Amino acid sequence: MLEVILFLLLAAAAVVTALLVILQRNPMVSAIFLILTFFCLAGIYLLLNAPFLAAIQLLVYAGAIMVLFLFVIMLLNLEKEQKTITRHRLQKIFGVFLGLVLLVQIGSVFHSLFLTGEKGFFPPDKVAALGNTEVVARLLFTDFLLPFEITSVLLLVAIIGAIILAKREI
Amino acid sequence: MVPLSAYLVLSGILFSIGVIGFLVRRNTIVLFMSIELMLNAANLAFVAFSRYLNSMDGQIFVFFVMTVAAAEAVVGLAIILAVFRTKETVNADEINLMKW
Repeated sequence: MLEVILFLLLAAAAVVTALLVILQRNPMVSAIFLILTFFCLAGIYLLLNAPFLAAIQLLVYAGAIMVLFLFVIMLLNLEKEQKTITRHRLQKIFGVFLGLVLLVQIGSVFHSLFLTGEKGFFPPDKVAALGNTEVVARLLFTDFLLPFEITSVLLLVAIIGAIILAKREI
Repeated sequence: MVPLSAYLVLSGILFSIGVIGFLVRRNTIVLFMSIELMLNAANLAFVAFSRYLNSMDGQIFVFFVMTVAAAEAVVGLAIILAVFRTKETVNADEINLMKW
């Protein structure tokens, strides 16, 4: 019962803050509301027995990525940007319409969904006994070792790319 | 116990909000935030399936999605900075040239 109440609260908060992200004119306020959305999602991850991901969500998303966004917003002087009038009213109407069509499609798929797949090897009590972080780490360094190593290359490429793009002259 | 479809519907709603934001807003930084919103909706679906299928693979996948999201945000924001330096704008409608 408590789980349902918590889920409903967090889900409502996540949807409301996500809506505020795209409705705010000021990108700084949007960023703050996006951080709140990430907090709500971290809470939902906790409900789904994924405490490691909840912590990573807060550290990486709400911590690192959103701070990067805030820094870029503060670096750019967007004072006069906000005064420009939006001319494409038709574009907005079509955007909202297409988004709602997509929502109906996703909803109709999920509505008639039931799980038929074979269950995995990690029921909640087993994960609780072993420890969520330990299970994730064990899988990451055994079954998913190659993707894990490729991830490090990806991050290196991103670092080099960001420096080259942001530097005035190399 | 919350049914799986509740989590998936929440994920669908968040994804649609991200799509609408991407189509409606013209500020490139807000467009990036909409992309982050969509990635998070996908993550939520991954975690929900992982929980209800008794498998950890979904959670591992979310880990990789987060890495890709971080790399994407870093490179994208660097591009926005570079564009702003030459064009003095972050409005997506005015950024219409590949080379300046």
